[in-house]
Amino acid sequence: MKSAVIVFPGLNRDRDMIAALEKVTGEKPHLAWHGDSDLPDVDLVVVPGGFSYGDYLRAGAIAARSPMLQRVKEHADRGGLTLGVCNGFQILTETGLLPGALMRNRDLKFLCKVIHLKAENTTSPFTTAYKGHEAFPCPIAHHDGNYFIDQDGLKALEDNGQIAFRYCDENGNVTLEANPNGSIENIAGITNKQGNVLGMMPHPENLIEAAHGGIEGRYIFDSLVAAVA
Amino acid sequence: MLKNQNIEITPELIASHGLNEEEYAKILELIGREPTYTELGIFSAMWNEHCSYKSSKKWLKTLPTTGDRVIHGPGENAGVVDIDDGQAVVFKMESHNHPSYIEPYQGAATGVGGILRDVFTMGARPIAAMNALRFGAPDHEKTRHLVSGVVAGVGGYGNSFGVPTVGGEVEFDPRYNGNILVNAFAAGLADADKIFLCAAKGVGLPIVYLGAKTGRDGVGGATMASAEFGDDIDEKRPTVQVGDPFTEKCLLEACLELMQTGAVIAIQDMGAAGLTCSAVEMGAQGNLGVELYLDDVPTREEAMTAYEMMLSESQERMLMVLDPEKEDVAKAIFHKWDLDFAIVGKTTDDLRFRVIHEGTEVANLPIKDLGDEAPEYDRPRSAYPAPSALGEIDGNIDVAQALLTLVGNANGASRRWVWEQYDHLIQGNSVQVPGGDAGVVRVEGADGKKALAFSVDVTPRYCEANPREGGKQAVAECWRNLSAVGALPLAATDNLNFGNPEKPEIMEQFSQAILGIGDACRALEFPIVSGNVSLYNETNGIGILPTPAIGGVGLLKDWAKMMTLSFKEEGEVILLIGEKGTHLGQSALLRDCFNRIEGDAPAVDLEKEAKHGALIRNLIDQQQLTACHDLSDGGLVVALAEMAMKGKIGAQLELSNDLGELFGEDQARYIVTVKSDNLESVLAAAKAQNVPVTQLGTVGGDKLEAKDIFAVSVAELSDFHESWFPDYMAAEAAQ
Repeated sequence: MKSAVIVFPGLNRDRDMIAALEKVTGEKPHLAWHGDSDLPDVDLVVVPGGFSYGDYLRAGAIAARSPMLQRVKEHADRGGLTLGVCNGFQILTETGLLPGALMRNRDLKFLCKVIHLKAENTTSPFTTAYKGHEAFPCPIAHHDGNYFIDQDGLKALEDNGQIAFRYCDENGNVTLEANPNGSIENIAGITNKQGNVLGMMPHPENLIEAAHGGIEGRYIFDSLVAAVA
Repeated sequence: MLKNQNIEITPELIASHGLNEEEYAKILELIGREPTYTELGIFSAMWNEHCSYKSSKKWLKTLPTTGDRVIHGPGENAGVVDIDDGQAVVFKMESHNHPSYIEPYQGAATGVGGILRDVFTMGARPIAAMNALRFGAPDHEKTRHLVSGVVAGVGGYGNSFGVPTVGGEVEFDPRYNGNILVNAFAAGLADADKIFLCAAKGVGLPIVYLGAKTGRDGVGGATMASAEFGDDIDEKRPTVQVGDPFTEKCLLEACLELMQTGAVIAIQDMGAAGLTCSAVEMGAQGNLGVELYLDDVPTREEAMTAYEMMLSESQERMLMVLDPEKEDVAKAIFHKWDLDFAIVGKTTDDLRFRVIHEGTEVANLPIKDLGDEAPEYDRPRSAYPAPSALGEIDGNIDVAQALLTLVGNANGASRRWVWEQYDHLIQGNSVQVPGGDAGVVRVEGADGKKALAFSVDVTPRYCEANPREGGKQAVAECWRNLSAVGALPLAATDNLNFGNPEKPEIMEQFSQAILGIGDACRALEFPIVSGNVSLYNETNGIGILPTPAIGGVGLLKDWAKMMTLSFKEEGEVILLIGEKGTHLGQSALLRDCFNRIEGDAPAVDLEKEAKHGALIRNLIDQQQLTACHDLSDGGLVVALAEMAMKGKIGAQLELSNDLGELFGEDQARYIVTVKSDNLESVLAAAKAQNVPVTQLGTVGGDKLEAKDIFAVSVAELSDFHESWFPDYMAAEAAQ
């Protein structure tokens, strides 16, 4: 699987994402600098996490208006696989590639912890490998992960099977207590209607080897490898 | 011609620069004339306590700073220690106490920014951060606000910069009511043969200014950090700098990229006293003069004077001596990261520090004398009061209740509320996160097995009762925490926070604590490779508890063998390594359950520490243990409770009801668990080393239970332990 990682100044989980892609796919991703005008033809484009341009404006707002995001949009519009994690998710919602918005966490604080996720949909190209592993622990680390969408939008997400991951307890129950940031309906990750764009707040790139305490983040990349094979 | 900016140098002006009459006389003698206003500012910046270590130098010289693995000790931006395979760890700890009390968010944030810069200036990519925070009494009106701001500030900077915060300390005591402590630690990874230093080399080479623009923020900050607070501290707010972690992240990437090209001859970050201190250090350490052209310094405010530019503490700035042939390469890298890059001076061969602004020379000083001739004081000391006597203690208490108090009060409760606000997982190498004895981070670029352990420790109440033993204990506890995860302790950094050194009693306290630190570092082969001194931590004449925080680094050859403190499985045998407890003086039990602060600090037997620690590390390396925890605040029962809560499993214990045995804080002790199959071999190993071992019981059940003494459910313990901090902070919103 050929992949590209978009690098904005201020991102800081780009190195984690590059390491994860290399470990799972055996290939180094192409690095696309925000100021470059070209994005090579790849199977997967990843917008990783961090604080693009410092996020001094609304999280992801500046990055979403950079020239490179136009290329990402074109790639996604052509049906190309596109993954946004954390700040990447925020950026993808800011560009309109994904619906809804990410607000400040319910408790107004940055939160880094291992939560549990439930794969709601194991048919998207990002999630097929989660079949049989529907609930798993996964790290989060964000200040603005409180997903919001209006009622019509929410209904559309549910009707179209666009909800990829929800926060749950260790037994897979989607409860209020298991919701770390106030996201509507415990939503942790969604796809677009076509299913080729995934945005998620948790960090699968920090969950791919024994040293991470689990390997369930790998399944996203495994699913993608299978999807493009 | 020297331009004096038409400001008269009056005795009041001199005093407001923190210089006394004697010091000013020395300036006159050194330069043979009255200084200009800018020169007065430069002297004030270089000769204040924060930069010159004038009260502490005599004592700092007594610390052991060398060792087989030490590549660079104190004197550089950070210490550098060999970790095999051609790799080195670069680390330091520094205080940002005064700014954090005035403006907690920015004060703490820029403290983190400053220490990260110290590390990457040397060519190391930061891989771990820690912090030691001390606040006033929980019920003091300012405490919540300060906790909330400092924690958000530490997180705000470190999270955005992208370094995992893997450990730290948070303590509350009324003695910090008017003067909190914010000590930030950072460690980075570098190739041992690619360390960058600040000494300039070569005459006539360009001096380059990198990073963010210069503003008026922080003008005189280092001088402020060298004075006591009075009631007028709100007026000092403008001296606190504002942090920009985004620019710092760009600066990190640009510096590391530039260093790869071989263009960097010398580099120094602009920290305390900004441009002044960095330029003088580069020249003085390289035996060269420096000429600066202030008109070329990138500024973000209009009409800045030479004085302001020289003393600004704007953040995220660096100074560098550049190989002139690589100027274009360097410029391209900095422009790619949208950072300022300006040639602002050159090195000279005349050992003068010359500053030129708007065509005139505003300073012309002997560069070596600015550093080397800084005053050095052997300040008077007076006898330190002996520890108070330890009165009778009524041993007839409800042990379960005492335990719940100790694990569920301000100083014993879980710090999860704090460390969940810090990104402790970024970089994907955190194999032990906060909440254990030490944070552990896997090292990239070697065999994938190597890891580094980090811990920061000090027990201020011990240091107050007995500065020498307290100094030893801070080192011993840090060393023990590293050993408890299976790491070989390599070296340490110290952050010495004390009151006003002009008071003979404080000076005695300070010198004794340093001697204690030195004793322990020598005995445990744990040299001090970097550090920072923060004095004048007093408000309206009330000093803080003496707080010499020790930040240590240890090496694990294989992180898969790393030990954690949680109980693992039913039936495993619990052992106490070291002697049974007896010492209740200055204990947490006495303070928190009897409301008494008395007695001596526990004595530290360094020979025993070394022996017991070596045994622990060997047993861990041989995979004989299943859990290990060092004993500290609250003694045996609190340590057992922590192991139970972390493992969510109880234990059946055989204990006596002697309070010293249950809660004593004697040193050189660990609790370990072993599988019953390994019990004999562990006992034999301890016996062979002549280390006392006591079998305490077995892991199992949902209660921590000692027959006829106490029983308390693990769930209840956890409830108490986890709820204090969130409940306390929730009251902030309600206020």
